[in-house]
Amino acid sequence: MIPLPSVLMLAGLLFALAVAGVFLNRKNVILLLMCIELMLLAVNFNFVAFARHLGDLNGQIFVFFIMTVAAAESAIGLAILVVLFRRRRSINVEQLDTMKG
Amino acid sequence: MTVTEILFYAFSAVLVVAAVGVITARNPVHAALFLVFSFFNSAVLWLLMEAEFLAIVLVLVYVGAVMVLFLFVVMMLDVNVAQIREGFTRYAPLGVLIAAIVVVEIGSVVWVQSLGVDFGEAAPSLAVEGYSNTRALGELLYTKYLYPFELAAAILLLAIIAAITLTMRRRVGLKAQDIAAQVAVRAKDRVRIVKMPAETEP
Repeated sequence: MIPLPSVLMLAGLLFALAVAGVFLNRKNVILLLMCIELMLLAVNFNFVAFARHLGDLNGQIFVFFIMTVAAAESAIGLAILVVLFRRRRSINVEQLDTMKG
Repeated sequence: MTVTEILFYAFSAVLVVAAVGVITARNPVHAALFLVFSFFNSAVLWLLMEAEFLAIVLVLVYVGAVMVLFLFVVMMLDVNVAQIREGFTRYAPLGVLIAAIVVVEIGSVVWVQSLGVDFGEAAPSLAVEGYSNTRALGELLYTKYLYPFELAAAILLLAIIAAITLTMRRRVGLKAQDIAAQVAVRAKDRVRIVKMPAETEP
């Protein structure tokens, strides 16, 4: 039997690593998207762990929906990225300053 | 310590190492492959936590579709890695600091909870004789969560349409067949009959 605090700590560690990844790779949009995937994975871990702990399958249903939305998000994100690269020949976040942001 | 726990800690350690690999890899392709590796490890951990259907979906959808898409885009775009990488070490201390704060915060919550308020005993395993995780999830999904399920389908359709319309482009000077125009053509559009006097022997 897997203890619940261990799973929660693992999920927290994964999420923290993903947050660190956002800071480390703050120029590369592809790696930022990958870090978002890692964050969603960490969140899903919590849902699965609690579904097991409480004996309640509704948590797993939530994971299912999170995965659906994450797949749609990454598909659209990558499509935007491809269009962006075609126009600017770069995916460097710092060079994407057309809107003076 | 049971076999399940030993497996859990072993695969967790590999998962954390793979996640570190994702955020520190020099090459985006390596980062994507590390992410595939961490998804595989997560699938194993989910199997240990009796989420069999989700584990398989994770491998099929994430490794099979999303990560292939990522790899495809990474390899299609000619990214200048050296230029992208500059400033990596400059932000490293800040990133590590933020990560440490997040770990301490989440860890302290879990720790305090386990000190005072007990998590309670884990529910008995659902996996009795003849139990199917997929079947149980399906029964929930098609009854209680039917409307959200249809919304999820609509979101996926939206994603398809958005991705296609974003990336589709008409190239200038591209030669392509236009079947409708070919079918609609008539003889007088193509053949020009020129009247001229017959040639005679001088």
